[in-house]
Amino acid sequence: MTDTTTQKPSAPQGRGIGQLSSNAKHIVADLGKNGIFLALIAVIVLFSITTDGILLRPQNISNLIVQNGYILILAIGMVLVIVAGHIDLSVGSIAAFIGAISGVFVSADFLGLPWWLAVILSLVVGAIVGAWQGFWIAFVGIPAFIVTLAGMLIFRGLALITLGNSNIGSFPEEYRALGNGFVNFPVEIGGQTVDPLTLTVGLIAVIALIVQQFRTRSGRVKYGQDVEPMPWFIGKIALSAVGIGAFAYALSVFKGIPVTLIILALLVLAYGVVANRTTFGRHIYAIGGNRRAAELSGIKTRSVDFWLFVNMGLLAALAGLVFTARLNLAGPKAGDGFELEAISAAFIGGAAVQGGIGTVGGAIIGGFIIGVLNNGMSIMGIGIEWQQAVKGLVLLLAVAFDVYNKRRAGTAAAR
Amino acid sequence: MTQNILEMRSITKTFPGVKALSDVTLEVAPGEVHAICGENGAGKSTLMKVLSGVYPHGTYDGEIVFEGRSMKFADIRGSEDEGIVIIHQELALSRYLSIAENIFLGNEIKNRFGLIDWNKTTAEAKKLLARVGLNDDPAQKIMNIGVGKQQLVEIAKALSKRVKILILDEPTAALNDADSDHLLDLILHLKGQGITSIIISHKLNEIKKIADSVTVIRDGKTIETIRRDDVSEDRIIKGMVGRDLEHRYPDHTPHIGEEILRVEDWTAHHPQDSSRVIVDKVSITARAGEIVGIAGLMGAGRTEFAMSLFGHSYGSRISGKVFKRGQEIKTRTVSEAIKNGIAYATEDRKTFGLNLIEDIKRNISMASLDKLVSLGLVNDNEEYKVANEYKDSMNIKAPSVLNATGQLSGGNQQKVVLSKWIYSDPDVLILDEPTRGIDVGAKYEIYTIINRLAAEGKAIVVISSELPELLGICDRIYALSEGRITGEMPVADATPEALLKLMTLEKQR
Repeated sequence: MTDTTTQKPSAPQGRGIGQLSSNAKHIVADLGKNGIFLALIAVIVLFSITTDGILLRPQNISNLIVQNGYILILAIGMVLVIVAGHIDLSVGSIAAFIGAISGVFVSADFLGLPWWLAVILSLVVGAIVGAWQGFWIAFVGIPAFIVTLAGMLIFRGLALITLGNSNIGSFPEEYRALGNGFVNFPVEIGGQTVDPLTLTVGLIAVIALIVQQFRTRSGRVKYGQDVEPMPWFIGKIALSAVGIGAFAYALSVFKGIPVTLIILALLVLAYGVVANRTTFGRHIYAIGGNRRAAELSGIKTRSVDFWLFVNMGLLAALAGLVFTARLNLAGPKAGDGFELEAISAAFIGGAAVQGGIGTVGGAIIGGFIIGVLNNGMSIMGIGIEWQQAVKGLVLLLAVAFDVYNKRRAGTAAAR
Repeated sequence: MTQNILEMRSITKTFPGVKALSDVTLEVAPGEVHAICGENGAGKSTLMKVLSGVYPHGTYDGEIVFEGRSMKFADIRGSEDEGIVIIHQELALSRYLSIAENIFLGNEIKNRFGLIDWNKTTAEAKKLLARVGLNDDPAQKIMNIGVGKQQLVEIAKALSKRVKILILDEPTAALNDADSDHLLDLILHLKGQGITSIIISHKLNEIKKIADSVTVIRDGKTIETIRRDDVSEDRIIKGMVGRDLEHRYPDHTPHIGEEILRVEDWTAHHPQDSSRVIVDKVSITARAGEIVGIAGLMGAGRTEFAMSLFGHSYGSRISGKVFKRGQEIKTRTVSEAIKNGIAYATEDRKTFGLNLIEDIKRNISMASLDKLVSLGLVNDNEEYKVANEYKDSMNIKAPSVLNATGQLSGGNQQKVVLSKWIYSDPDVLILDEPTRGIDVGAKYEIYTIINRLAAEGKAIVVISSELPELLGICDRIYALSEGRITGEMPVADATPEALLKLMTLEKQR
């Protein structure tokens, strides 16, 4: 397949024009694939204007990450759950429960364990909670909606019982760093504080991106796969590099790299690989696309379902830790509504309600869209009631757009 | 000759890549029982879907004339309003509603406030049930009555719509003898009340018993319509199968080696009703390089046998032994079956075979992803390469292996399914209706692939209800009826007539 020009009878036959239309096709395909990314940029541009640029101030950018970190962590697990055709309504309650448990572990008033041990134990409890839910879903065969609805009540209740009708607060410094710590090495240059470490990490990220993109491309070329035209390819990398650079600069002139961002970056990388490059990830997509066909292809669907929820429990626990650490307080209302924000993030990010479709990257971008909406409207002084309504509308429109797109693709395929 | 109540003139219906009906004509006299016969895939159901408006006017060519008027049905509702009611093989009843509710579903009896008049509903339902000879309580839930009675409820429902032509698609396929007899008597009884029936059936003795005329369809064409006095099983069978067998099948010279697969006394029961035997002590063998056919009509337990064998994917209380090259193997899960070198390509590739929203590449790798893993990661470039190799060797027609399988034609989808299983490198390939819904050209390609696999020394088991296909490609054929192997013959000795006789052989009772 060397010729990738469109097959329409009306397509011009000239070589030069054919080449051009090939480029155009790639650009259109890419725009379609990255539509959600463009939506994020549009939202950012919109709110930078309506907030007179406050949205893009270094401090606010840093805040955006820290304020949304726990939702994004949940969204990563949630999108995988949704791809497999399930849902998880319990993550907010699990986050609250684990927050409370970790408070008991780490607080000097209670067990006073070392912070690292408290973190590990909390994650273990999260995994056990996930295993509990996974057991009912995978092996007993109760729909995830019911199991996690029950879980939402059970673990909210357990959180309240653990807290004993009060808050647990004042945690050690290292524990708090999970939620509001920064890694930095500030230097003063001409009255402006800059953090060279952040800039270095930003530079490394750009180099890693370039190397990775070129390696993927050359791998594809080696195997004779179709690749996008060079100018478009370079252009995309350049844009990403500029974006990363600007982001790194913004962080460096504020407080440096938030610990939450480090956790998040590691998770995105790891789960991106899990979703696309491991048999476990591939099996999730196969199950979501056609469960019976997956079963008849020898995929152990129950086991995949089970581990999916163990993983979700683990990530919910991590989100609970980050949130509790940020507030320096484990309270009874923690995690309220997190499940809905995480589910919204996954769907805005292009996940399909029927399962089989969705990406970790999409969910992260979906989460950022919600985050920017929250943040932008707060800066503008829009009340919480309107924020709710707008977010609901955005979710509805995002999924409607997806459905519309699919219907169009469906009719095109039937022709 | 009286005027016909229904005439379907020159009906032609094409699906993408397949001509399902070609110039089919059907003439039904008022008040008769008219049977339609044909092999699976001959076009019977398609014809009835055209008649009942499932395929609306405009999606087919030809004309439907009913009671002297030309009909243009937009949907099922349109045909039902005229009194043409179809009862599908899969009964369209809601299990959790009562008999009365089901009868008037979508057609509820309302009082002057627009609310459902339950008293009248129950009374009317009782009357209708009496007409079909059922004296159950109309408040009884559908799930609590047997299949035979459910069939009668369907007919009662049709009667409530003032039916003029009742179409029954394989009405007795799921019934026992007593229920079948009752149903056939009922059809004759309704005939006495002036209701015309069209009945699609495989069971030739039934047809002989009740039909006034029989129309035989083959390959989407009308072969002939036989009047009652001339009806004989031989003539129907001849009409159903009698076609040119030359050049539809690639040449195949078998090189048969050692025995690879042996199944002994394989028995499986119905998954819900574990007292019902579906697969009854089936024993078969298949040798290296051999293509073995299993011939059976719908409901004979063909798919159930294969699926219960393949990882116990169907049924309950499964027993029997499987041997590979003389060694007993277990096939309790699909992955165990695959590990032991068995592959099964399902009869329904869209529901059970493919992930339609995923691309060709990932569908091919689905059953053997482990082969592509190094250091815990799937090598997707290698996956692309493998998929492209299959795209070339199997001649899968698609722009790229990155295209979703949902966009492919039936033949190309089937090639993807076969690629998936060939990539799993099995010793035994069980192919269930490998050419269903595929046009003639693609069929030839599939047969060529099957021959190639046999030549490579694999044992192939082909399940099919199309006798010419089995006779054209197999080396040896088993006949299956009511879950039992009723005979076995080398292809040289086999004739369609002899096979059909074995396939319709009923249990001694």
